[in-house]
Amino acid sequence: MIESLWGALPEALQTTIVIVAKIVAIVVPLMLTVAYYTLAERKVIGFMQVRIGPNRVGPRGLLQPIADAVKLMFKEIILPTNANRFLFVGAPLLSIAPALAAWAVIPFNETWVLADIDASLLYILALTSFGVYGVIIAGWASNSKYALLGAMRSAAQMVAYEIAMGFALVGVLLAGGSLNLGDIVQAQSGSILHWFWLPLFPLMMVYLISGVAETNRAPFDVAEGESEIVAGFHVEYSGMTFAVFFLAEYANMILIAALTSLLFFGGWLSPFQGVPLLGEPSLFWFLLKTAFFMFCFLWFRATFPRYRYDQIMRLGWKVFIPITIVWLLVVGLAVVVELPWWFD
Amino acid sequence: MPEIRNYTLNFGPQHPAAHGVLRLVLEMDGEVIQRADPHIGLLHRGTEKLAETKPFNHSIGYMDRLDYVSMMCNEHAYVMAIEKLLGIAPPLRAEYIRTMYAEITRILNHLMWIGAHGLDLGAMTMFIYAFREREYLMDAYEAASGARMHATYFRPGGVYRDLPERMPQYQSSKWHNERETAERNEDRQGSLLDFLEAFTDRFPTNVDEYETLLTDNRIWKQRTVGIGVVTQEQAMQLGFTGPMLRGSGVAWDLRKKQPYSVYDRLDFDIPVGVTGDCYDRYLVRVEEMRQSNRIIRQCIEWLRANPGPVMADDHKVSPPPRLEMKESMEALIHHFKLFTEGYTVPAGEVYQAIEHPKGEFGIYLVSDGANKPYRVKIRAPGFAHLASMDEMVRGHMLADVVAVIGTQDIVFGEIDR
Repeated sequence: MIESLWGALPEALQTTIVIVAKIVAIVVPLMLTVAYYTLAERKVIGFMQVRIGPNRVGPRGLLQPIADAVKLMFKEIILPTNANRFLFVGAPLLSIAPALAAWAVIPFNETWVLADIDASLLYILALTSFGVYGVIIAGWASNSKYALLGAMRSAAQMVAYEIAMGFALVGVLLAGGSLNLGDIVQAQSGSILHWFWLPLFPLMMVYLISGVAETNRAPFDVAEGESEIVAGFHVEYSGMTFAVFFLAEYANMILIAALTSLLFFGGWLSPFQGVPLLGEPSLFWFLLKTAFFMFCFLWFRATFPRYRYDQIMRLGWKVFIPITIVWLLVVGLAVVVELPWWFD
Repeated sequence: MPEIRNYTLNFGPQHPAAHGVLRLVLEMDGEVIQRADPHIGLLHRGTEKLAETKPFNHSIGYMDRLDYVSMMCNEHAYVMAIEKLLGIAPPLRAEYIRTMYAEITRILNHLMWIGAHGLDLGAMTMFIYAFREREYLMDAYEAASGARMHATYFRPGGVYRDLPERMPQYQSSKWHNERETAERNEDRQGSLLDFLEAFTDRFPTNVDEYETLLTDNRIWKQRTVGIGVVTQEQAMQLGFTGPMLRGSGVAWDLRKKQPYSVYDRLDFDIPVGVTGDCYDRYLVRVEEMRQSNRIIRQCIEWLRANPGPVMADDHKVSPPPRLEMKESMEALIHHFKLFTEGYTVPAGEVYQAIEHPKGEFGIYLVSDGANKPYRVKIRAPGFAHLASMDEMVRGHMLADVVAVIGTQDIVFGEIDR
């Protein structure tokens, strides 16, 4: 019955339905992860700060994210006077759309990927750079000095770190010999020592740190800079518009964590490759690695003071970019001479 | 072409780093501060004027509310000023108790400062860590005076009452089971002195913890080294006192230079900075916490060995014991007079300064011989420090303003009074 109905549909519609179903299968778990990531953040940081964290809504505070979501949904969206209404409301969308769209090319294991395109690394780079427009427009449209300062900081910071990040990715591209994320993971096959974190160690560090800066997280959260510019670019946002910024930030954090595990830590490959059962590549390993890097984001936040804006710029331009350029040459050389173990 | 000009940014009073009600009007060129104009008065309560309308003793409570993170130190200056005019001296035990509590207060203040300073610069874990220890000391406040913050514990002629022999204990509840409760009560088995000794035993380790998080942290250093530099000469010209002055390399501490209470009997060191930047002031304050800990230990030791009265035996000033009032007519009259019209203080004027955690806190007291002061002038250290804001932040970036506010350790209770 269902099969005959399905067969009766035009082929174009069939494809669309399949793609939509896949998108839903990615976005819904992603959104749930974001929701519980906020709870995890509060719990983990709470633990690091010798306190309990939310424990009132539901058993052990497990319903807290739901309560937060409901609260934000029913709050009024306040439009500041003299704000540009169109841009003010559009900015959150501009920041969440790329954060979600980037997930289209993330492979979860050998076969599970929404769009297995050849230039997926380039696509990721393009979309993550897009996120900054949401921030800049939000800061400008709010017609507030704090927001404008936050937007300017964020723009400068993202441009600087985009370059460092781009160079780090070029290193991966050289080492993996492909722009396709799936192929890059396959190129790391072998053992934990074959993963790219070892030959590309400086690039890995630069990528991870740039990732934290790119998502405006502590200690690089100058765009929000709680104690300096109150909440930076989203100081005027409330209710659902604020929630969307929040979702985008967390979706981006998860994306960076996922990318780090894909590009440098063998994605879905098992660290015990070769060992029966444990050595099988699977989704589990990918999620485990991603979760670890997500945890690192929280750990940084609980540990480090905030950088000053010009210090971040200095770190980006004067430290990271030279490091990546030098290491690119090293990797290039290693690939050319087919350095055994990794590039033979 | 439009003219390029600086713009002004209103920093506070409702700002996460405004430390209460600071309002700064910043003139900025991009992120760089051209001029900082601190506005005061949003927490003005007229303490000085109020004190003129009340008998001397009634204003002790107002002193707690000046700098509300170092309560007993404020009381200390006021009480000593009255004693100076009256020409009475408290018993030695009371002086030791006062010194001990003044140092507990210094730790309380510096803990609050390190927490807030850390939070301002983004190290939010510091805040919670510092509050953990603060909580413990607040309990010590409560055990002695009955109040966690506004103690009113120091009185002319001594302290309100002797230190308790027993500490109040937690009881188990729905949220804390027997085992947990026993753990929480571990330090509370003995007297208040035992309770404090347990604190002094582990506090140096706690300070080490804070230092692990901050002292060698590259980001912390980048944010504080070379920020808000004040030279020795400048510091003196600006009227700095306390850690702000010592951070610039001037070894000036009233506890050493004009010893009061029993500071001349105690062994402690005065840390001094070199460059006068935020980092040096940070190091000075951290070391001060360790030194205060040393002083508290010495006081505990002395107080254990030397029981005795804690209030001067002059019932024209201090209330007679309750038991005496049941039998002695004179005691009853003293009590009645003290609690209705208070005591009169000989005409004269006096300035009494103490080394407050934030600097030199002074009370200038004028009496015309009545039972109320003719004039009380409070010299708050924070006022002079805040006045230097413009000089300290000019040419720095917006984020450094926050660091400077933190390093000045300003509390608006005392600045606005």
